[in-house]
Amino acid sequence: MNRLLPRALMAPAVVTLFLWMIVPLAMTIYFSLVRYNLMQPGEKTFLGLANYEYFVTDPDFGPSVLNTLSLLGSVIAITVVLGVALALLVNEPFPGRGIVRVLLISPFFVMPTANALLWKHMMMNPIYGVLAQVWIFFGAGPVDWLTNHPLLSVILMVAWQWLPFACLIFITSLQSLDRDQMEAAGMDGANPLQKFWFLTLPHLGRPIAVVVMIEMIFLLSVFAEIFTTTGGGPGNESTNLAFLIFKQALMNFDVGVASAGALFAVLLANIAAVFLIRLIGKNLD
Amino acid sequence: MKHLALLVRTVAAWLVTLLLVFPLIWLVLTAFKTELQAIAVPPQLFFTPTLESFREVNLRSDYLHHAANSVITSFVSTLLGLAIAAPAAYSMAFFRTRRTRDILMWMLSTKMMPAVGALVPVYVMAQTAGLLDSRTALIVVFTLSNLPIMVWMLYSGFKDIPPDILEAARMDGASIWGEFTQVIRPLAMGTLASTGLLCLVLAWNEAFWSLNLSSAKAGTLAALIASYSSPEGLFWAKLSAASLMAIAPIVVVGWFSQKQLVQGLTFGAVK
Repeated sequence: MNRLLPRALMAPAVVTLFLWMIVPLAMTIYFSLVRYNLMQPGEKTFLGLANYEYFVTDPDFGPSVLNTLSLLGSVIAITVVLGVALALLVNEPFPGRGIVRVLLISPFFVMPTANALLWKHMMMNPIYGVLAQVWIFFGAGPVDWLTNHPLLSVILMVAWQWLPFACLIFITSLQSLDRDQMEAAGMDGANPLQKFWFLTLPHLGRPIAVVVMIEMIFLLSVFAEIFTTTGGGPGNESTNLAFLIFKQALMNFDVGVASAGALFAVLLANIAAVFLIRLIGKNLD
Repeated sequence: MKHLALLVRTVAAWLVTLLLVFPLIWLVLTAFKTELQAIAVPPQLFFTPTLESFREVNLRSDYLHHAANSVITSFVSTLLGLAIAAPAAYSMAFFRTRRTRDILMWMLSTKMMPAVGALVPVYVMAQTAGLLDSRTALIVVFTLSNLPIMVWMLYSGFKDIPPDILEAARMDGASIWGEFTQVIRPLAMGTLASTGLLCLVLAWNEAFWSLNLSSAKAGTLAALIASYSSPEGLFWAKLSAASLMAIAPIVVVGWFSQKQLVQGLTFGAVK
């Protein structure tokens, strides 16, 4: 067997992925250093780091970084805690477990735009929405979610989508939990809480780490939910980094500034990625 | 005591589940209401179902056009991705070298790039090439962004095929093409199918690129639904009907590909 064929088979994937990685990155770096507005084609003067300075001193920058991190942190906290609880709840057999599991995973397959509008209108509308009716039923005043708690609303939508994902991973992982060990612990008089703390939780350590890191990657660039519901507002209250970059690029047409911001987002994502890649690399073969 | 515990667990599990999927159940119900019933106060749980909204959506919003865009972009990108990824995964699984591991990790790392980091250059390239709002641009982007996951899933699937079988085929003088079609393909059909299924789901639901690169002409269903944001969003029954038609096929596909989903999205780190 010659050595050329394996390489030839690999070439298309390697070459296309290499281009997909390097071309946009190189272009982004170049754009971030020049004055480039989509409305004024032709003139690209070298600016040095001015675009970076502009992006970082934008009054929306600080809040958007903060929003990105609180969105990330809240959704991860909600999905991991509730995900573990749910996975434990449906782990042991009970009537209808199969159906329950299928139902549980469904929200994850709802496209983000449909998810966002379902929540924005039918759930969170302050007059006709289901939540408003529930609030009234319990004697509370209805809440105008998207106006008064825009970031919380987005967090709820995104968490609703990712909770099933976390739950599914934990369910899968719980199936490989050593049952004999569990029984032995029970025989030795361990109570359920001790069993959870000393056996289940350590077993779930790795899947939890994986869920945290994968969600980091996807949630750093939450976009569709914000685009379709709050539009980043009111003001900048629900603008995250991804949405701010989008605004600079496709609403202000300032490619230079948007590119500087994009590099910032790439940097943030890479911090998360380094950890994930190490973790997965350890598990390879 | 045991029975009581089971009863409590069953009731709790069902209650929590129904609460969690309630928004989806509500979406399905609203899709079969009239616009007046949809915004009734208090909300109506029982009503005479109507298909009016589905008819309206099909008539007014060019639903079929966008559905076709979704079908074409997700299927073509999946097939294209399989065509590129399968040979690579095959090569890595059966002709391992010292560098195989590094290549796999590098491919994985390209998936870690946030999409927004590539938004500007991809947009500018598409604009320069005159491909804004074209299915071609979406297909290319979908294929590329799913490629790392495809290679990984196929690689882990191919790796489980015992190499002895290949040895035997080679001894019998099978060519590499014969090896692939006669030996690998039958064994790898499952892996190919599940990889394809997962990528179909991912491409169908993709919203970031669809929203930024397409509109009326090439817009997928994800983009069509987004256009209900306002002011058409005021018509909840139609919004629900359109959403239901957009998500129903893929939710069903998703149910069947749960296992692959876990493996694909975690890159095999959770088993």
